[in-house]
Amino acid sequence: MAKIPKKQLESLGGTIVHNLPFPLDTSPEALAWLKKMAPILIEQPYSIVYLHSYAQDSPWFAGLTNKKILANRDPETGYTYATPRGHDMYTGDETDWIDITERKAAVHAFTVCHFGSESFLEETPYVLVLVEFEGVDTLLLSRLTGIDPEQANLDWIGMELKPQFLRNSKLKPTDVYFIPA
Amino acid sequence: MRPVYAISGGVSKFAKTRPDKNYQAVIKEAYDYAIDDLGLSFPDFTNNVDGSVAAYFSDHFSRQLMAAIMAQDYLGLCPKPSHRVEGGGATGGLCFQEAWKSIASGHMDVVVAYGFETMSHVETWKGNEFIALASDVSFDYPVGGFYSGYYAMMVTRHMKEFGTTVEQMAHVSVKNHLNAFHNPYAQKRNRYTVQDVRDATMVAWPLTRLDICVMSDGAAATVLASEEGIRKLEKAGAKIPHPLVKVTGIGRGTDAMRMSDRPHVDYDNFIQNYATQQEKDSQETMKYYKELWDHGTRYPGIHSFRAGRTAGNMAYKHAAIQDPLTELDFIELHDAYTSSEIQTYEDLGLCRYGEGGPFAASGKAFLPNIEYGLDLPDEPICPVNPSGGLIACGHPVGATGLMQAVFAIWQLQGSIHNHFEDKTLQIKDARKGAIHSHAGTGTYVTVSILEKE
Repeated sequence: MAKIPKKQLESLGGTIVHNLPFPLDTSPEALAWLKKMAPILIEQPYSIVYLHSYAQDSPWFAGLTNKKILANRDPETGYTYATPRGHDMYTGDETDWIDITERKAAVHAFTVCHFGSESFLEETPYVLVLVEFEGVDTLLLSRLTGIDPEQANLDWIGMELKPQFLRNSKLKPTDVYFIPA
Repeated sequence: MRPVYAISGGVSKFAKTRPDKNYQAVIKEAYDYAIDDLGLSFPDFTNNVDGSVAAYFSDHFSRQLMAAIMAQDYLGLCPKPSHRVEGGGATGGLCFQEAWKSIASGHMDVVVAYGFETMSHVETWKGNEFIALASDVSFDYPVGGFYSGYYAMMVTRHMKEFGTTVEQMAHVSVKNHLNAFHNPYAQKRNRYTVQDVRDATMVAWPLTRLDICVMSDGAAATVLASEEGIRKLEKAGAKIPHPLVKVTGIGRGTDAMRMSDRPHVDYDNFIQNYATQQEKDSQETMKYYKELWDHGTRYPGIHSFRAGRTAGNMAYKHAAIQDPLTELDFIELHDAYTSSEIQTYEDLGLCRYGEGGPFAASGKAFLPNIEYGLDLPDEPICPVNPSGGLIACGHPVGATGLMQAVFAIWQLQGSIHNHFEDKTLQIKDARKGAIHSHAGTGTYVTVSILEKE
């Protein structure tokens, strides 16, 4: 049975106030009383739009819009990164692009988020997975759908996955997500 | 390098919100306490302190760039030298070590390290968003950025790899909340059962609300000094408890911001680069690890904090510690999650990798004089988070690592009773302790060792 909440949800907003209680005179007694005042709390909205560049990782996002999962590989050692990385962390060399769309993929770790950051609250519960790919040395953070988030259990680890792509790309890493294979 | 002593500290009350004072005045609460504990007046301390280091994590939370300089002037420390350090959840630990460096190098004789965070200025879910911005904003944050989710993924892997259970994790929550019952500075002072922890609201499977620390407003300050600095302060009238508390070891480590990028190294690489000397010296442990690797374990993956192991090994070497479990009388470690306390037992060599779960439920990390209502098979050896840790004290990020330092100083000075008006948490004959500060998913980790001379 769902838990019965004991508190009202808190939120900002409310009445616009144009004056506040203040002593009618500024006698020493009245000014001393000011130290007993509760603090004034105001809202300070703040928003900004950043022009964010995916820079050298841009081809990865272009790949997703064309239903391809790219990875980066060190040209000498073959060390392969599922999450794009312009330079290898061991050789320092610039990496090359490879296509891993058809590689076998599986759940390396997961969680079901029942809460989240403000931006994702409406999407809860959602499943986060770190995906491992055959022959790839690092992992990729993604979403898993097609399973019941209320049935979370450790047997999900190792589950084979297949990628799905948004038809209308958003140029976000969520343009690819995974479902059980 | 010169010997460095941690001579005093202060902590503001940690609370969900402190609208009664701005952050500068909250820092001053902790700062004044540290000065008062030295028996000095504000002007006498100001005349003798050489400089400061300031710590806070997020410009987003404060919505005030260069907030540290406003604290510096509020504390009357201008024009003395200062700088701000930032390293996520490890900000306070980094700050402590930066102050240590200033003294060890001979650059200064008396340094105050202060830190704060005001997390109440935004709603909780916006706060979660700010914290999640401490993950890659191209590849991690947009997928569902949520730190509890990140740590939950780590622990599902730990559970799968090593058989760690949610009940073992709940033991950490029960322990830390009940320890905090005797700590008046703590934000949450409650008695819980393992069942209470499991029945609490699920946040990110398998972590419930009682597996996770809360956001806080608060501040902490510590005073570090050289031998010359102590003489200077005592000449000015300071009453510094003797024997002194000396900082005998510091260590730091790092790892990739994206968990996905972390390596999965083989057995030989692990033994060569990450195993503790104690582990290398034990044939039985080497055999144990060989079997783990044969079974598929790789290191650190996402189940372990390579930065924590690196920091611990470095600090232990510096302080000549061979067996941390028996040589350390207590550890204040970064338990933002019950799961990360278990992972950190392993990183710090209190038990072997893979044995953190059973260790959590063994009783070895509990206090001997508290009845936890748990069936604990072993006697306490090295209490972990006797203060209640982040889970119960709260986690005002920039202050947290310094809060740990203050509680460690008081433990080693034997003065817990004076500060808490309750002697329950005083560890008998405490001579050596460690503080451990940890940033997002194990990116920056610091370990510092403090000893009573």
